Amino acid sequence: MKNESIKVIEVRELTKRFGDVTAVNHISFAVTKREIFGFLGPNGAGKTTTIRMLTGLITPDSGDVLIDGVDIMKNPIKAKMKIGVIPEMGNIYVDLTAKQNIILAGKFYGIARGELGNKADAILAKFGLLERADDPVKTFSKGMKQQVNIASAIVHSPELLFLDEPTAGLDVQSQRMIKTIIREMNQRGTTIFLTTHNIEEANVLCDRVGIINNGEIAAIDTPEGLKRTFEETQSVEISFDKPVDLSEIEESRLVIRKEKLGDKWRLYTDNPDKLVKYLAQFAQDHNLIFTTMEICGASLEDAFVKLTEDKY
Amino acid sequence: MPLRNFNRPFFRGIAVVTEKNIRLYYTKPPVIIFGFLFPLFMFLAFYLGKEIDFYVFFPGLLAMFLFFIASSVGPLITPWEKQAGTYERLLSFPVSITTIILGDCAAGMIFGIMINVVVLAVGLITLNYCLNIMILCLGMLLGAFCFSSLGVSLASPSVQNPSYVMMFSSIIRFPLIFISGIFIPLEDLHGLGRMLCYFSPITYMVDIFNFSLRGQSNIALIVDFAALFVFSLTFVYLANRTHKRNLMRGL
Ligand SMILES: Nc1ncnc2c1ncn2[C@@H]1O[C@H](COP(=O)(O)OP(=O)(O)O)[C@@H](O)[C@H]1O
Ligand SMILES: [Mg+2]
Repeated sequence: MKNESIKVIEVRELTKRFGDVTAVNHISFAVTKREIFGFLGPNGAGKTTTIRMLTGLITPDSGDVLIDGVDIMKNPIKAKMKIGVIPEMGNIYVDLTAKQNIILAGKFYGIARGELGNKADAILAKFGLLERADDPVKTFSKGMKQQVNIASAIVHSPELLFLDEPTAGLDVQSQRMIKTIIREMNQRGTTIFLTTHNIEEANVLCDRVGIINNGEIAAIDTPEGLKRTFEETQSVEISFDKPVDLSEIEESRLVIRKEKLGDKWRLYTDNPDKLVKYLAQFAQDHNLIFTTMEICGASLEDAFVKLTEDKY
Repeated sequence: MPLRNFNRPFFRGIAVVTEKNIRLYYTKPPVIIFGFLFPLFMFLAFYLGKEIDFYVFFPGLLAMFLFFIASSVGPLITPWEKQAGTYERLLSFPVSITTIILGDCAAGMIFGIMINVVVLAVGLITLNYCLNIMILCLGMLLGAFCFSSLGVSLASPSVQNPSYVMMFSSIIRFPLIFISGIFIPLEDLHGLGRMLCYFSPITYMVDIFNFSLRGQSNIALIVDFAALFVFSLTFVYLANRTHKRNLMRGL
């Protein structure tokens, strides 16, 4: 078997109910070694519940979770030794310093005390936090806290890292920093499972994205693959120098749907090339001047909206 | 070898949780107020201005301090961690709920013993006791664990504010003081009072202290130890149950 196809996470028919609410409904998927896998879904979709089951925090009603071949329910401690977890609301101890937090985490994983100080320093240096190593975390900014949060989850060099909405609530600068950290860790060989409700984040960060809605996986593919599935949502945006009647264009059957955006029209099509040529002729015939003319590809957002809209 | 055992995740987890608790929670205001000042004021209120034979009452005093201090840390930790958002983080480490609970118990136990040794030293210096050190140490260890595990089982995580937990836990803790043989010597208790006192673990602690300091006791030593042991097991079991059941509350 090739290294790339080793399944680090394997989930079968995972289900969790809270009273009447089925938070996660019979989901199955696998994450392979060295990939960044993203769970993308709106609030309440079941992302946190899924991650809590994958990391052994809550017991599923049914289904299996294998972490690197270890069943998280049957052997939680062994499975937990292999992973690092950054929970959604998970905080570090604000009364402790950055370094103390990392050392505390390291002790839980059984790292020798002599080794721990150096390890903590090395991680803090990598994150550019060495100068603040001995300051209490309560004096840190939100972004820095999240960095310490990640730092204490990777002190034992796990091969698999879970992050639940790692950039939520952070300023743009910190978001970029966290994304860079995630990418760098992945490049050094760490498999990443993250959740997000931010489409752009899933698009730029993930190798594969699972779209989750109402506790069910609506689709799993690469970001490009997901976009391709929804190619009928390609569009051409145009505006002319004077108001026009577009009903003639609609008769051409090239346009699936049209939408007015201020002084622009967005024409959805499955054949942008043909539509553009048609529009050029149309402008020529009616003596119109283009003020805007843009072909827009399908976006992950379109795919996301499409997959999650019918449920609302 | 013990050292190798200590390296096993279970014991390591308990040790690390204990260390964390000691570092973070001994100095929290609710612990100081409810664990420290309360027994002090109760002592002052009860003993001050009365003609009291300290030689007779000191063992009860010792038990009261141990009880209040050892049981003051437990109720606070989990609610505090849930509120601060550190509990979910803690659970993501390779530890089980049982490990966390035993670490919480150990922290309360150590706190109780530390302060109790100081109180004991004052007593030994000022009063002329003939000490049975073996029974005293064993009793103090078991009693501290028992009271501490009671505290942990009272960590009702359904309460939003950690200081409410201290109120709630006091509602349970105070009656246990009053029905025990602290304020009235066991031999002077009759009828209902005498019956009730057996339901308080503190009664057995007082008896052990009485035996090991004054050489007098009202209950057989073996019964004292057995009772404290059974109370401990019950409290740890209850703590395990409530903590597991309320795991998701307040996360
Ligand atoms: N502890 C809980 N008790 C009851 N309902 C819950 C609990 N946790 C989550 N839920 C419900 O399960 C659903 C999924 O929640 P969650 O997994 O937190 O979604 P997400 O992380 O995608 O926003 C929601 O409807 C939420 O209200
Ligand atoms: Mg969530």
